Amino acid sequence: MAIAKSSQLIHDFALSPRIDQVGVEERASRFTKRSIKNEAKENGLKLVLNMIDLTTLEGKDTDGKVKQLCYKAMHPHDALADIPTVAAICVYPSMVKVAKKALGDSGIKVASVATAFPSGQAPKEIKIRDTKYAVNEGADEVDMVISRGKFHTGEYNFVFDEIAAIKEACGDARLKVILETGELGTYDKVRRASDIAMHAGADFIKTSTGKIQPAATMPVTLVMLEAIRDFYYKTGKMIGMKPAGGISKSKLALHYLVMVKEVLGEDWLNNEWFRFGASSLANDVLMQLVKLKTGQYQSANYFSVD
Amino acid sequence: MAVTKKKVASKKSNTIKLKFDTSWDYAPAPESKSAATINKQYDLFINGEWQKPASKKYFDTINPATEEKLSEVANANEADVDKAVKSARNAYDKVWKKMPAKERAKYIFRIARIMQEKARELAIVETLDGGKPIKESRDFDVPTAANHLFYYAGWADKLEYAFPNKRTEPLGVAGQITPWNFPLLMAAWKIAPALATGNTVVLKPAETTPLTTLKLAEIIQEADLPPGVVNIITGAGDTGAAIVNHADVNKIAFTGSTNVGKIIQRAIAGTNKKATLELGGKAANIIFEDAPIDQAVEGVVNAIFFNQGHVCCAGSRLYVQESVAKEVIRKLRDRMQSLIVGDPMDKNTDIGAINSREQLNIIQKYIAIGKKEGAEMYESSCALPSKGFWCRPTIFSNVAQSNRIAQEEIFGPVLSILTFRTDDEVIEKANNSPYGLSAGVWTDKGSKIFNMTKRMRAGVVWANTFNKFDPSSPFGGYKESGFGREGGLHGLSAYVNIV
Repeated sequence: MAIAKSSQLIHDFALSPRIDQVGVEERASRFTKRSIKNEAKENGLKLVLNMIDLTTLEGKDTDGKVKQLCYKAMHPHDALADIPTVAAICVYPSMVKVAKKALGDSGIKVASVATAFPSGQAPKEIKIRDTKYAVNEGADEVDMVISRGKFHTGEYNFVFDEIAAIKEACGDARLKVILETGELGTYDKVRRASDIAMHAGADFIKTSTGKIQPAATMPVTLVMLEAIRDFYYKTGKMIGMKPAGGISKSKLALHYLVMVKEVLGEDWLNNEWFRFGASSLANDVLMQLVKLKTGQYQSANYFSVD
Repeated sequence: MAVTKKKVASKKSNTIKLKFDTSWDYAPAPESKSAATINKQYDLFINGEWQKPASKKYFDTINPATEEKLSEVANANEADVDKAVKSARNAYDKVWKKMPAKERAKYIFRIARIMQEKARELAIVETLDGGKPIKESRDFDVPTAANHLFYYAGWADKLEYAFPNKRTEPLGVAGQITPWNFPLLMAAWKIAPALATGNTVVLKPAETTPLTTLKLAEIIQEADLPPGVVNIITGAGDTGAAIVNHADVNKIAFTGSTNVGKIIQRAIAGTNKKATLELGGKAANIIFEDAPIDQAVEGVVNAIFFNQGHVCCAGSRLYVQESVAKEVIRKLRDRMQSLIVGDPMDKNTDIGAINSREQLNIIQKYIAIGKKEGAEMYESSCALPSKGFWCRPTIFSNVAQSNRIAQEEIFGPVLSILTFRTDDEVIEKANNSPYGLSAGVWTDKGSKIFNMTKRMRAGVVWANTFNKFDPSSPFGGYKESGFGREGGLHGLSAYVNIV
C-alpha cells in the first residue's frame, strides 16, 4: 500500500492501490501465452473440474432440475475413470435443502446465493434473513452480492458494514462476496471493492453474478488476485477467489489456472481457495479429457447436459 | 481491533511466503527446429549473389543455449568490403537512384511480406543463433521487423510530404553495422529507411548472430531486389572497421557499444561521412509512491529481463520512492520466482541464454562488483541448464548512486535498485549518467508525467509502460547514448540531404 502507515489502523478504502488499465490487461494477456501440453494439460483439466461450482440460478429451477444437477456433480462422466467431482453446487436458497439431501455425504459443498441476489436491492434485515435461511437449510457456503448502488455513491462504510453483518449471519458457512465487477466500471473500483470485502470478513471474493455482462474477465480476476496477495502479506489471512460467468471453455479455464499459479502459487491451486462459477465449463473439460485419453473428440451428445 | 490485527500481521509477515514451486507444472513445449533450414556454410551476399570471401576464411556461429555449432559464415576482409561497396555504388548509380520512388516501395513491401510468410522460420533461427526465448522472437522481433519495413515502404513515394517545400536526395552508399541483441530487427531498422529514401546498403551483422540477417539476404534475393542494392557481409570488428573507413561510403549507421561508437566517430572525423550512432544506455526507471504498483513491477520485469537484459534501452537503474521501496522489492522478488529460465526454444521460456560466453563474463564481472560494493543481491532460485551460457535474473537493492553497478552498462538481466524522496532529487539522479537513451516513469498523476518527461535527458521516456516500440516513433539517444534518430519521420532525415 502506497499511502501512509496509519492507513493500516483505519483503512481508507478511497486510498486503495490504483490499477493501470493498459498494464493489467497486457499482463493478463501474457498468461494466455503459456503453452499447456500433455500431462500438464491433463492434470490442469482435472484440477479445473474439481474447482467448479456447478451452477443453476434460474427462476424456473425445480427440485427435479437440482437433483439431476447434483447427480452430475457427483458423477461428471462415469464413462471416464479416475476423474474428480466438482467442488460445489450453487443454487438459490430455496433449493439448498434439496441439493444438500441429494449430495449426501459426497463431500460436495452446497453454495447458496443470498442477499437479494442478483441485484442486492433490498434492506439489510431482509438480506440477513435471506442468508440465515440459506444457512439453516444447510448451505456450506453463501454467495452474497454487495450493494453496488451504495458503492458507487461512495458509501463504503455501508458496503463494509453490510458484508460484516452477513458474515456474522453466516456462522460457520464460508462467505463469498460477489462484487459484480461488470457494474463497477473501472479496475480501480474492482480493487477498492475487493479490499472492502476482504477487510469486512469475506472468505472468498467473486467477480460476478453471471447475470450482468461482462462477467468474469482475466484482467478483473488478476486485479482481485493481486488484492488477495496484498491482503495475505498484510494480515497472513488467505482469501479465496471465484471468477464466475463467461468461462465456458477449457482453454480459458487453464489460462485462469496459469494466472493463479503465477500470482498466488501453490497454496491457492485447489478448490479450497479457487473456484470457477460455471455451468457449461464442466462438459467442455470432460470433452477435452476424453480427447486426451482417446485422441478423438466426441460429440456433445456423449456428455450429459445436467 | 484493527490494532491487534496489525500486531499479529507484523509478527507473521516475516514468515509469509508464496510458494511458486507448484505441484502443477508446465510440460515442455518446444518449438520444432525442423521448421527452419540453416545451411552448413554461408558466403557473402554481394551484388545479388552468394560469393566466396577473398579471405577464404569462415568462422563458426554457435547456439549459446547448447554451445553447439549451427553454421559457419564467411569472414569478409578489406577486399570483400571493397567489392561490396563497389557493388552498392554501382547499383546506386545505375539502378536505384533513378528508379521511380513508387517502384522502390514495391520492393520494400515485397521484402516485408516475404518476411511475414517466413516468420516462423526466422523466429526459430533467431532463437537458435542468439539464445532469446522463442516467445520473444516470434511475438516481438520478427513482427516488429516486418512492421518497420511496411512503414518505410509507405514513405518511399511520399518524401515530399515528409519534407514539405523541400527537395531531398539520397546520400548514396550506407554502411550499416548491427548488434547481436536484435539481429533481424536491427537489420530492418537500418535497411528500411535507407532503401525508402533511395540509398544502397552494405550491412554487416554482429559476428555472434549473423544467421537471420543472412536469411534476410535470401529473402531479398527472392524479392528480386536489383543486384547490389543490399549487400550483406559477415565478419567481426575488422570487417566493420573496413566499412567505416571505406572512402566511398557516404553514411555510417551503427548500433552497438559506446566504445565502438567513439572509435567510429574518430575514424570518420574530417571525412564527409554522415553518421547515426545508437549506443549504450543505463536507463532510469522511476516508480513514484502513487504508481499502480503491480503494473509498475510488471513493467520493471519487462524493462530489465526482456531479452535477458540485452537491450540498450533496458531499464537497468530502478529508482523507487522510499515509501514504497519495500513493497516494490517484495513484489519484484515474487514475480522473479515465476519467470521461467531455460531452453529458449520452449514456448514457455521467459528468459533464455546469454548471447555469448564473452557477454556472460562481463555480466558475472558486474555481479561480483555489485556484491563487493555492498549492495544486497537477490536472484531467482531457478535451476540452470548445465551447458550453454546462463544467468539467473538478479536484482541488487541498497545500491548507491556512486556504485559502479548504478553507473555502467551491464547489458544483462541485472537490476540496480536505488531509492529517492522527491521529484527533483530523482530527476537529478536520473540525469546523473553519461547515458541518455531511455527512461520510464510510473505514476498515476498525469501532470507528474509531463514534468518528468520535460526534464529528463533521455531520447525516449515511457510513462506507465516500458520497452514499447513502434515504427512511427523515433528512437535514439542523448549524450553518450549516441545521436541521430531511427524510426518515424526522423529516421528518414538520417538518410537524405535536404537541398
